[in-house]
Amino acid sequence: MLRLDHVSKTYRVGSFGRGRLAAVRGVSFELQPGEVLSVIGESGSGKSTIGRMVLRLLRPTEGSITHDEVDIAQLHGHALKEYYRRVQGVFQDPFSSYNPIFKADRIFGMVHTEFFPRVSDDEWRERLDDALESVSLNRNDVLHKYPHQLSGGQLQRLLVARALLLEIRYLVADEIISMLDASTRIDVLNLLADLKERGLGILFITHDLSLGNYISDSTIILRHGCIVEMGATEKVFGDPRHPYTRDLLASVPLLHEKWSREDGAAANGGRPPEHAEVPKLVSVEDDHLVAAG
Amino acid sequence: MALHVEDLRVYYRTLAGDVKALDGVSFDVADGEIMGLAGESGCGKSTLGKSLIRLDGRMRYVGGHVLLDGEELPIWDDAAMNAFRFRRISIVPQYAMSALNPIRKIGRMIHELLRSRGVSSNGIQKEIDRRLELVGLDRSVLDLYPIELSGGMKQRVVIVISTLLDPSLLIADEITSALDVSTQKAVAQTLVEFRDRRFVKSMIVITHDIAVLYQVADTILVMYAGKLAEKAPADEIVANPRHPYTRLLVSSLPEVGVRYAEKQLVGIPGRPPSLLEPPSGCRFRDRCPLATARCTQEPPWVEQDGRGIACWEASAAPAAALPVAVESG
Repeated sequence: MLRLDHVSKTYRVGSFGRGRLAAVRGVSFELQPGEVLSVIGESGSGKSTIGRMVLRLLRPTEGSITHDEVDIAQLHGHALKEYYRRVQGVFQDPFSSYNPIFKADRIFGMVHTEFFPRVSDDEWRERLDDALESVSLNRNDVLHKYPHQLSGGQLQRLLVARALLLEIRYLVADEIISMLDASTRIDVLNLLADLKERGLGILFITHDLSLGNYISDSTIILRHGCIVEMGATEKVFGDPRHPYTRDLLASVPLLHEKWSREDGAAANGGRPPEHAEVPKLVSVEDDHLVAAG
Repeated sequence: MALHVEDLRVYYRTLAGDVKALDGVSFDVADGEIMGLAGESGCGKSTLGKSLIRLDGRMRYVGGHVLLDGEELPIWDDAAMNAFRFRRISIVPQYAMSALNPIRKIGRMIHELLRSRGVSSNGIQKEIDRRLELVGLDRSVLDLYPIELSGGMKQRVVIVISTLLDPSLLIADEITSALDVSTQKAVAQTLVEFRDRRFVKSMIVITHDIAVLYQVADTILVMYAGKLAEKAPADEIVANPRHPYTRLLVSSLPEVGVRYAEKQLVGIPGRPPSLLEPPSGCRFRDRCPLATARCTQEPPWVEQDGRGIACWEASAAPAAALPVAVESG
């Protein structure tokens, strides 16, 4: 289980780092294997910061992140490598995830030499074929090619295949389909749902409510670094209790219903002051929490 | 008729040859019409938007005519187009910073712009203030640098600037794609408001997001691989699309309320063809579930009952026979 316990992250900003920006404030949640958890927020809500902390690319300022009861901040050397064998990330822009001067399949060779040096070449090829098959790629289409010869959807799927080769338990998917075209994005989304069926826990970070709603079991709505509403996806979307969640849902363009003409734009004014208290979450029904006040 | 485009062809020069990004496109935009232009990346929608106002260095005019209010636009002649730009035809680019000067305060930038076009800024100051207020901005933004505004505010400032002289045509190129949902709604509604107040006669709104177009556009034109696929009223494109590409595209869109556990959507297999040497006949042929031998011939653009379509099969087949990409889960 991956658990965040009152995690906060404060960035130093401005000249000489004198300013403070609280990007994430008092966030707690759990992610189980076989669960898709959406973290939905607008730009600046801190959703990517959460993903980067889970991947240990950033250190929380306060609070702790534990994986199977072990604080990931304490991991070093071999233990850290074991953590990355279990937890991996895929990011928004597939083109910047690859080194353009090497062939794209170099990422697989690196996993082989780094993590599985004892696996023979033949067996590795079999594993690679399995991984490619589970992301519905044909090896002849994608191997021995440079990143610019592949489409964005193919590159994203290669990154997921790489994560699968590591036998991961958790995947941090940070806006992985925002840059894909409509006709291919749904395939990557379905792939994630398929992996979930096979026991993978997915932290699905997105600004797009319809994508989060489509795939996730639970949903967290984030605003200015704080959780305003969380719970089972059908409860959060079906019966939103926080005014911010309602405003967001009212702003989503739908295909069967036009926007109402009165201005329902979410009051997304200035950030709250840094010392403002983190709103307490109150349970409104089973598996549905809403920020009070 | 505000805009009439006839067989427009614009190619990109590359070392490998001409990329036929816009390969014979004809359509009309009526007075007061907001036409949405949709399609996947690389289908030529942005090329179409740009070529109506300025061809950049890599773009080559190959043929066709564009009439604005009955007058031919000399789109092949960069200098002659200056008489039309800003006054008769304007564009709002995807990133507002592509339109704003980062080292000028917004007010000063507007005055420099007006002076360069020979417009006296005295009479127009009131209008600037009025329109800023209309889009929910205080006139104090004129004393700010662009960097001091949020993405949505910048986009609204650019809309106000580009429509100051009440142009006949405004091209909005992916202007809401980089914005959050709540700002996206405000900016999209600004476009409709400006049309309703006749600040702009007609509009072409380019985006890959059909749900946004459904909210703001009167008609939607769907492009595929440099050609037109279908044009119809926005409600019809969403509720009753005819072209197989439009049908598959619309049915692959996830919407709030649609969940994987209940209803699995599927994408369109395959990829669009290369536009360096596009295949003959229908360009959607390789990915189309309806394709027959006839599709090796170029499908004609057929207009009927206020909607147009370029497909051999869909114009003949009854709607029930057309493919739908939804499988029940």
